[in-house]
Amino acid sequence: MSKLPAEFADLETFSDWCLPHEEDRYQKRLSSTMAEMQEFYDAAFPRLEAVMEYCDSRFPLDGMPDDAKALIHMMQSLVNVSFPIEVWKQPRVLDSGAAYIQCTKEPVV
Amino acid sequence: MGHFPKPAAGSWTENWPELGTAPVDYTDSIDPEHYKLEQQAIFKKLWLNVGRVERLPRKGSYFTREMPSVGVGTSVIIVKDTDEQVRAFYNMCRHRGNKLVWNDYPGEEVSGSCRQFTCKYHAWRYSLKGDLTFVQQEDEFFDLDKAKFGLVPVRCEVWEGFIFINFDNDAEPLVDYLGDFAKGLEGYPFHEMTETYTYRSEVNANWKLFIDAFTEFYHAPVLHQKQATKEEADKLLGIGFEALSYDIKGDHAMISSWGGMSPPKDLNMVKPIERVLHSGLFGPWDRPKIKGILPEELPPAINPGRYDSWGTDSFEFFPNFTLLFWAPGWYLTYHYWPTDVDKHIFECTLYFVPATNTRERLAHELAAVTFKEYAFQDANTLEATQTMIGTKVVTDFPLCDQEVLLRHLHKTAGDYVEKFKKENIDV
Repeated sequence: MSKLPAEFADLETFSDWCLPHEEDRYQKRLSSTMAEMQEFYDAAFPRLEAVMEYCDSRFPLDGMPDDAKALIHMMQSLVNVSFPIEVWKQPRVLDSGAAYIQCTKEPVV
Repeated sequence: MGHFPKPAAGSWTENWPELGTAPVDYTDSIDPEHYKLEQQAIFKKLWLNVGRVERLPRKGSYFTREMPSVGVGTSVIIVKDTDEQVRAFYNMCRHRGNKLVWNDYPGEEVSGSCRQFTCKYHAWRYSLKGDLTFVQQEDEFFDLDKAKFGLVPVRCEVWEGFIFINFDNDAEPLVDYLGDFAKGLEGYPFHEMTETYTYRSEVNANWKLFIDAFTEFYHAPVLHQKQATKEEADKLLGIGFEALSYDIKGDHAMISSWGGMSPPKDLNMVKPIERVLHSGLFGPWDRPKIKGILPEELPPAINPGRYDSWGTDSFEFFPNFTLLFWAPGWYLTYHYWPTDVDKHIFECTLYFVPATNTRERLAHELAAVTFKEYAFQDANTLEATQTMIGTKVVTDFPLCDQEVLLRHLHKTAGDYVEKFKKENIDV
């Protein structure tokens, strides 16, 4: 069964990135290879603007249907993955070996 | 260098001669005995922020806070009573000392809403004002006067929606303690910024070392250089960092800094995702549509020099509460809760005007994730510093003029310890 709106069927193959919580998005980033994240980034990044237009022209933030929510969760993962791709060239924050910072509260979409 | 004027004394540091200019002894960050004195002299005596009133939306709303910095096991209930007054109590039943409010794990903080507090052990009940209202099988007790067995109160006062507690019943009133900086911040629309992102980290470093890291931006062009585009990073590294201004008022201090990345002068200065989401470390490029955040509307303590290039101000309310304002109209708080001489719990909460659509929500997401990426680098550096100063190979370290607030922090903390020793140990 598809998670995303039909207009974004091209991203369906990356639907395991549809994660509502930051902690899960960050963990998935740490457990992914750079090649996997590059593939996700290359597919999702060009669609980011279209996602915002799609959601904002149809639904208020507090009234998203599940498929639009999943789309936003995927774009939140894209934000997280943009750091390894655009900045670090590795999944972890550079020189962050011993540190761990947990997001304990967030406005979940 | 010399982009912004310094005080007539010649430097920020010399503007406060009591700070001196000599290298600073960091034994205060590695000596376990000194840490025990800090607990007594600072964390048991001064006003500590435990969160905001939005966490208590209704009569009966409560949350608990574990306060290991005050003493092992110390736990507090913060509650909004039936008259909408915010109160604090030690989280302890008066019968045989059971922890009163907790779920599943006694050491974990909880929150919720209730009409009264009921002890899990023998069902003693307390009103939201702390009065003991019910004793199970009361007639089995001997001359029990319920009026004498209410919850033990903790001083609790609110400034601009920030809840503070104080374990010293003789402490001065909160607003007197917070002083002129707080007065100069009043009126900022804190109450509008209710979309929050909270982070927590256990850091293997003395609590003062993280405050050190956040009260100087001398490190920023170096430690965080990879986070800017190559060209921009090289430029920043070449210039170095200079604050717009510093100020010190009693125990508290502030640093005012420039920052022009929101929005950037040139889109090529920022990363691809920032170009699409119009957001970054300094926050969303577009200000939310509320009153009180435009440059000319800001209260007088923020951007005191009224610089056009202003980007962010950080206020350090001693001992462990940072309020940091960003030009685009949001703020964050830091708290540093020591649990040992070389360990502390770091908490951060970002506060935004609630997003009204997906575009705004994703702009907040990018600001929040960017914050975390920076904080990771800051936190990890601390452990590297703590282990090295712990070797005592070197004890005194030179601090530059852009590190003036570090001198002030260590001196202020040290002065409290010295005063405490004089009053309690030397006599």
